[in-house]
Amino acid sequence: MSASSPTVAASDALPAVRPDRLPLLLIPVLALVALPLVKSFSTWVTLTFAGLAMGMIIFIIASGLTLVFGLMDVLNFGHGVFITLGAFLATTVLATMTNWTGKESLFWNLAAVLPAMLIAMAVTGAVGLAFERVIIRPVYGQPLKQIMITMGGAIVGEELIKVVWGPQAIPLPLPAAFRGSLLFGEAAVERYRIIAVVIGLVVFVVMFWVLARTKIGLLIRAGVQDGEMVESLGYRIRRLFIGVFVTGAALAGLGGVLWGLYQQSVIPQMGGLVNVLLFIVIIIGGMGSVGGCFIGALLVGLISNYAGFLAPKVALFSNILLMVIVLLWRPEGLYPVGKR
Amino acid sequence: MLRRLLSGDLPRSRVLALVLVVIGLGLLLTPFVFPGAKALNVAAKICTFVVLVASFDLLLGYTGIISFAHTMFFGIGAYGVAIAITRLGPTWPAVAVGVGAALATSLALSLVIGLFSLRVKALYYAMITLAVATAFQTLASQLSDFTGGEDGLSFKVPAMLSPGFSLSSSPFLGVSLDGRLISYYLLLAVSAVLFLLMLRIVNSPFGRVLQAIRENAFRAEALGYRTVLYRTASNVISAGFATLAGALLALWLRYNGPDTSLSFEIMINILLMVVIGGMGTLYGAVLGATLFIVTENYLQDLMKLASHGLAGVPLLRDLVNPDRWLLWLGLLFILSVYRFPFGIVGKLRLKARKAT
Amino acid sequence: MSAASKPEAPLLALEGVHTHIGAYHILHGVDLDVPRGELTVLLGRNGAGKTTTLRSIMGLWHVSAGAIRFEGEAIGALETPEIARRGIAYVPENMGIFGDLTVRENLLLAARTAKRAEDIDPGRLEMIFGQFPALKRFWQHPAGLLSGGQKQMLAVARAIVEPRKLLLVDEPSKGLAPAIIQNMVGAVRELKRTDTTILLVEQNFNFARQVGDRVAVMDGGRVVHTGAMADLAGDEALQKRLLGLSLAAHQ
Repeated sequence: MSASSPTVAASDALPAVRPDRLPLLLIPVLALVALPLVKSFSTWVTLTFAGLAMGMIIFIIASGLTLVFGLMDVLNFGHGVFITLGAFLATTVLATMTNWTGKESLFWNLAAVLPAMLIAMAVTGAVGLAFERVIIRPVYGQPLKQIMITMGGAIVGEELIKVVWGPQAIPLPLPAAFRGSLLFGEAAVERYRIIAVVIGLVVFVVMFWVLARTKIGLLIRAGVQDGEMVESLGYRIRRLFIGVFVTGAALAGLGGVLWGLYQQSVIPQMGGLVNVLLFIVIIIGGMGSVGGCFIGALLVGLISNYAGFLAPKVALFSNILLMVIVLLWRPEGLYPVGKR
Repeated sequence: MLRRLLSGDLPRSRVLALVLVVIGLGLLLTPFVFPGAKALNVAAKICTFVVLVASFDLLLGYTGIISFAHTMFFGIGAYGVAIAITRLGPTWPAVAVGVGAALATSLALSLVIGLFSLRVKALYYAMITLAVATAFQTLASQLSDFTGGEDGLSFKVPAMLSPGFSLSSSPFLGVSLDGRLISYYLLLAVSAVLFLLMLRIVNSPFGRVLQAIRENAFRAEALGYRTVLYRTASNVISAGFATLAGALLALWLRYNGPDTSLSFEIMINILLMVVIGGMGTLYGAVLGATLFIVTENYLQDLMKLASHGLAGVPLLRDLVNPDRWLLWLGLLFILSVYRFPFGIVGKLRLKARKAT
Repeated sequence: MSAASKPEAPLLALEGVHTHIGAYHILHGVDLDVPRGELTVLLGRNGAGKTTTLRSIMGLWHVSAGAIRFEGEAIGALETPEIARRGIAYVPENMGIFGDLTVRENLLLAARTAKRAEDIDPGRLEMIFGQFPALKRFWQHPAGLLSGGQKQMLAVARAIVEPRKLLLVDEPSKGLAPAIIQNMVGAVRELKRTDTTILLVEQNFNFARQVGDRVAVMDGGRVVHTGAMADLAGDEALQKRLLGLSLAAHQ
């Protein structure tokens, strides 16, 4: 409207806006690299599906962790408590539904497992709410205290689980129709792994949709980049954070149910054992990025299974090696979130 | 003279001084006052852990760095001695070689970790050290030829320390003067020396710079101190003491395995001990280690009584189940982080200051 | 243009405001009145405390002493989102653009009442596109791809996508080419027509002079001079004394 508006020279041309899909390629690349090493195609198929299933479960668990960190710079070393709690809740719930889980019908099995998942998510979500209030809120912005106190929460949480369920392992058998494998030619793929992959994809799609298409998702994405500015625009980012934290806890609970079924047994220490793996995943993905977390989780799942087959002694190192390689390529993770 | 021994870092609280004296005397006279192998084991563990926890306090309390790799250095020290004796025989030169190699490894590792990682935020550093420590633990249990794998290494100790050795055939004050006794007093003496050495370090100009960095790294950097160098130095020194503690433990147990020195549980225990005892005080390590290890071994008996008493009430009974002692210490730990950042020692000193 | 003393109470009033950042005492008792409907420029050297003043008003730094009153209400103890919701918009020095979000998403975020981009008041959007045509071109593109000047435009656009009572703007001309700065002058003048009150921090006196009605000069954490912009603009000796420069030298 102002007559004297000079043309903004260099940035007139619209730059090509192509979303950064390169990291996605890592997944097929890794799978293809593993094929000649594994030699047998059918084994490779089995391993790949196992890796994808494991990766999906890790993604479900880690997604909350990375968003919470991106949003408020809070790293919850006690995230494992939600996993363990979810798994143990599943044992209790499913123990009451043995007539449904015993049936060879996918429908009845799902009818049993679904409530278990929902209850696990509801309870861990509630515990997450309390956790944020009691453990985390007093130590915002104090990283040392945060680390210590969330570890304390982990210790107390694990002990409380032992109080309620006892200190020993509890079996969590797969429902009848989840067992067994489907045969694709020579390759055997476990039914449960397919189910886990499907559930993981559903969670991912829902998350992606919420983040990309809703205003709340917009707030989260903006908050991860610059929380101060989001507050200056008039949004109470604290409440947003609580919501994300509770959702993250609930997802970890869901992940715990899936993980427990995957292992067919739950122990009170199971949450703590995956801490390192979770950290590797969110560092690879880029702290605060759900997409990065997804890719990172799948990569970690795949590598754990390929290495577990090829060279079991170095399975953990393979994950660390993966992290180092990714960081050499992109030092801030696959999808670094542009921070203030 | 006492001032010089403690490098000017007095307890500053009568209650604290009393407690320290009681602990010291208790440790000194354990074989005579608390008979039996278990008591001696507990005392030996306390001595070792005082050194280990104090070295962790140097890092966390004085420099403000939290590292989950501390047990790794503890393990390196223990494995150093274990492997050396296993390969070279139960002689003092073997012990020296083991300790020397372990120290060299620890110093090199801590240097590398320090220089590369201390530039990053505290949270990242914590994650990285966690990953490194876990990897090391896996390594130790996988390299079975070298480290004895999951089962660990059992070995004999030099003649003077072994149970068969005896200084004199007749017992002294009811206690036989055998190799175990000698081992214990050697352990106690070395631990005491190492502790006093650390006291000297934190009260030196170097120690004061560390504390300045802990308070405000920007300010320290602006004042001209290369914070990365100081933090790396603190990392290395702390790792060195942890390694020595590990060597001591291995010599006492005549055994070492991944669970004895490398497990994450030990790392958490150290954290609990230093926070409950009191961060940034070094004396907190003494209190914390003693409290924790005594609880771990003896409180269970107390709790067993309580548990029997509450046998009828399911939940309460499970809460005071002696195996759940960690729950209560964990709660105490959380409380300490919130309310008593300087732990028991801090509280006692505060009381003393208010009284004057 | 402005009377020596307006009978109406100022929209924003700071009384004896002190702010500490950690151990550093930055504001040493700032007294400032921002009259309604006018553009007040906050001038001063680097480190005088101008940005800290804006951030204190916005609640990003907590005030250690003194009072901040907006429309008569004391807001010094409120949290930032509450302050923003009273109708105060903030355009920070670093612009606060969400680089990974598109221009559209940036504006949608700023429009608190809108659930989707379609809900943004079309009249406002037209005004924005009219002033800042680049924003229309880059509507679906990540804001991080915009040039410095365009980001600044987006930052200002965000502050006005919905009606606001007070705009706090921190050095909008910083790092911009002179031609773009002229653009900015035009946009600000357009803005003043909507009867928005503006508190503008600037180091570029030339820019400030073209848009300011009143001026306050800060030094060492205090306001050392207030008055009409016209008066300061016409008094070279005063300029030199307060700002260490004369307008002529700054051409």
